[in-house]
Amino acid sequence: MAEIKNILFAGVGGQGIILASKILAAGLINAGYDVKMSEVHGMAQRGGSVTTQVRYGEKVYSPIIGKGQADLLVSFESMEAMRWLDYMNPNGKVVVNDHELWSAPILMGSADYPEGILDAIRERAETVVIKAGEIAAELGNPRTMNVVLVGTLIKAMGLESLDWETVIRDTVKPQFVEINLKALKAGMDQVKG
Amino acid sequence: MKTFMTGNEAVARGAFEAGVVYASAYPGTPSTEILENTAQYPEIISEWAPNEKVALEAVLGASIAGGRALAAMKHVGVNVAADPLMTISYTGVTGGLVLISADDPGCHSSQNEQDNRILAKFAKIACIEPSDSQECLDYMKAAYEISEQFDVAVMMRMTTRVCHSKSLVEVGERVEKDLIPYVKRPEKYIAAPAHAKKLHPVVEAKLVEMEKFSNETSLNRIEWADKKVGIVTSGVAYQYAKEVFGDNASYLKLGFTNPLPMDKIRDFASQVETLYVVEELEPFMEEQIKAAGIDCVGKALIPNVGELNPDIIAKSLLGEVRPLLEIPQDKLVGRPPTLCAGCPHRGFFYALKKKKNVMVTGDIGCYTLGASEPLNTTDTVIDMGASISMGHGAQRVLDKAGKGMKVVSVIGDSTFFHSGMTSLVDVVYNRGNTVNVILDNRITGMTGHQENPGTGYTLTGQKVKEIEIDKVVRALGVDLVINVNPLDLDSVTKALDAALAYEGPSVIITRWPCVLKKFSPEDIKEFGEKKPVCYVVEEECRGCRLCNKTGCPAIVFDKTKKKSYIDPNACVGCEVCLQVCPFKAIKKAGE
Repeated sequence: MAEIKNILFAGVGGQGIILASKILAAGLINAGYDVKMSEVHGMAQRGGSVTTQVRYGEKVYSPIIGKGQADLLVSFESMEAMRWLDYMNPNGKVVVNDHELWSAPILMGSADYPEGILDAIRERAETVVIKAGEIAAELGNPRTMNVVLVGTLIKAMGLESLDWETVIRDTVKPQFVEINLKALKAGMDQVKG
Repeated sequence: MKTFMTGNEAVARGAFEAGVVYASAYPGTPSTEILENTAQYPEIISEWAPNEKVALEAVLGASIAGGRALAAMKHVGVNVAADPLMTISYTGVTGGLVLISADDPGCHSSQNEQDNRILAKFAKIACIEPSDSQECLDYMKAAYEISEQFDVAVMMRMTTRVCHSKSLVEVGERVEKDLIPYVKRPEKYIAAPAHAKKLHPVVEAKLVEMEKFSNETSLNRIEWADKKVGIVTSGVAYQYAKEVFGDNASYLKLGFTNPLPMDKIRDFASQVETLYVVEELEPFMEEQIKAAGIDCVGKALIPNVGELNPDIIAKSLLGEVRPLLEIPQDKLVGRPPTLCAGCPHRGFFYALKKKKNVMVTGDIGCYTLGASEPLNTTDTVIDMGASISMGHGAQRVLDKAGKGMKVVSVIGDSTFFHSGMTSLVDVVYNRGNTVNVILDNRITGMTGHQENPGTGYTLTGQKVKEIEIDKVVRALGVDLVINVNPLDLDSVTKALDAALAYEGPSVIITRWPCVLKKFSPEDIKEFGEKKPVCYVVEEECRGCRLCNKTGCPAIVFDKTKKKSYIDPNACVGCEVCLQVCPFKAIKKAGE
C-alpha cells in the first residue's frame, strides 16, 4: 500500500490553525493527492486546546491520525506541542512556534507555565523551533503568523515544489496575497537545505 | 472536478441534488453545519426549529404535503424527537423523509455517547451509515429513493468524524421533484388506535421487504481479498478497519444497516475463516448476527466505550502497539475551555456564587462552564431544559423537609425556547418556589452563533418578530420578573436577593450579547458600541487576586510582582473585574 503521510496541527482556538490546514490540504489536492482532514468543533473554541489533522497519499482511509503516527507535528504554541507529542512518530519532526499562551490555571496563578519545554521536545524528537509571530511582524502583518508556520512545515515535509502560490491566491483576499506569499517563503527559509 | 467537503457539507449538497424542498433542525454539535449549508441553496426552505421534536414534525408535515424533506439533529436531539419518530414508522411518508442523527462517540461535545442505530431499529425505520463525505452525498440521494420506495423514514446515522472530516467529493446536479399530489388518507395519517392496529402489521411487512432490499443493494458490498479474516463493518469504522487490515482481510461494508442483510452476512461468513464485527460504540450488528446463529467476534475484543480509532482495532485484533514518545507531565498544564473574556455569564455566576445555602440546577450551553473553576457554581447538568424542571422537583422535596434551601435554575435563551418553557409551566402551574434565571446572550452561543426565536432573525438572515422572553414568562403566569444587565454585579445581587426572598416562582432575565456575537443593528442600539478596556493601576493592586477569581482569561496574575495585569488585547471592557476589586485598583482606559 502506498505510503500515507500524517500532519498534526496543534494550537489554541483563534490562532488560525484551521486556515493553515486548509492551505496545506488545498496544495496537496491540487498536486493530485488523496487528502483527508479532520477537526473537532464545539467547546474547543472557548480557549481550549485545538487540533486539526491532515493525511495524504495515494488513497487515504482513516480521517484521523493515531498516537505515534504523525510524521510532522506543527504546533502554534509551545506547550501544545508537548501536549500532543505522543501523536508523533518517534522518527518524525516537530515544528514548534516559540510562543506561549497561558491557559486558565496559569493565568489564575494556580500553576506556572512550564520551563524548558522546547529543550524537552528537542531531546525527544527532531525539532525546528521558529518565532513565527516575530517573523510575521517583521514582514509587516502579525496575522500571517499561521502562514509562516505553513511555510516551515511545507519545507520540513519536502513539499516546497508544489504550487503554493496558486493556493494562496485562491485562499486569501487579493490585497493580502503578496504579504502571505512572503510569509510562506520566510517560513520555508527557517528550514535549512 | 472534485470538491473538498466535510460530511455535513456533503449531506447538504446531497439534499440539494435529491430535490429536497424543506429542511428543519435545531443546532447541535456535530450536526449544526448541515442546515447552515442547506440554507445556501435557495431551492431548499431551511429553518431553525425551537427543538428537534418540532423540527421532525415540521419535516413530516412537509413530507405528507408531498415534498422531499430533511430533519437534522445531534444524537441526543433524536431523544427529543422520539415521540413523532416512533409513529412515523407506522404512518410512513409521502415525499421522501430523511432524519440525520449525528452521533458523538467520545463525547466531544455531548452529555452521552448513545448509539442511535438502536433507535432506528426500535422505531422500525431504515438506517444508513456513510463512511466519508462522498458517501454522505451519494447516500442522501439513495435515502430519498429508499424512503419513497418503501414508504418509510430513513435515519442517516453519522458520527463526529464523518460530519467534521473533509474528503474529496464528486458533486452532481439537482434533480427537481414535483410535489406528490396531496390525497386525504386518514387510514394512513391519523394514527388513532383503530388505524394504528392495522398499521403495525404493515410496518412488519415493510421490514421484511427492506431486508430483501438490504441483501441486494449495492450499499452493502463485499470487498474480497485475503479470506483468513472477514470483517463486517459500517460507518467510519470501515475506514479504520481498512487502515489497519488493508488487503489482509475481506470486508462486508454495510451502508444499509437496518434491517441488516442477514443472508449476505451469512454467505460472507461462510467464506472466511474468522469473522470480526468492527463497529463503533454498541454491538448493534454483532448481537443480531449472533442471534442469527453466525459465529463472530466483536465487543469481546473491541471496547464499546469511547470513540473508535485504527489503533484500538490494531491493538484489539492484532495485538499491535506503536512505540510512543513519553510526555514529561511536569512540562504540561491543562488547557480547559473557559468563559471568554467579557462573557456576560461571568458576572452572573460570580454574584450567584456568593449566595449560600442554594442548589443550582444548570443546563446545556456555554454556561455549563459555570460548573468549572473558579466559578464552581452549578450542581447539575443533564439535558436541554432540565434546569427548570429538575430545580422544581428538588425545591419541592427540600421544602417538604423544611431544609430552608433555595434552588436556582439557570438556562440559556435558546435552551429556554427549546424546552425550558414547558418546564416553567410546570413550576407556575404547580405553585413552585424556584428562582429561574434565563441567561439571554441574544444568540445560540456554544454551537457557533445560530439565530433563535429570541434574536429576531431567521437562519437565512430574514428579520422577523422577536419573541420576547419577558413577555413569554409573564404570560405563563410568573409574577416576579426581573430584567438585569449581568455585567452590573450590584443589580444581579439585588435581583437574586429579591427572588430568593420571594415565595413563589420568579424569573430573572440577564440580557447582554455574547461577546463573540456580531452585533445586529438592534444590538448596537440597545447595548452600544465597543467599550474602553480596563487596566490595573499597579501601585494600587494589593495582590488579593479577587479579580482572578472571576476566571477572566484577560487577567494575568504575576506571581513575582504579586500583582494582577489585564491583557489589553484580550479585555473587552466588561468591567466585572473593576466592580470586584476591593481596592479600586482597576480602572477604565482614559480614566
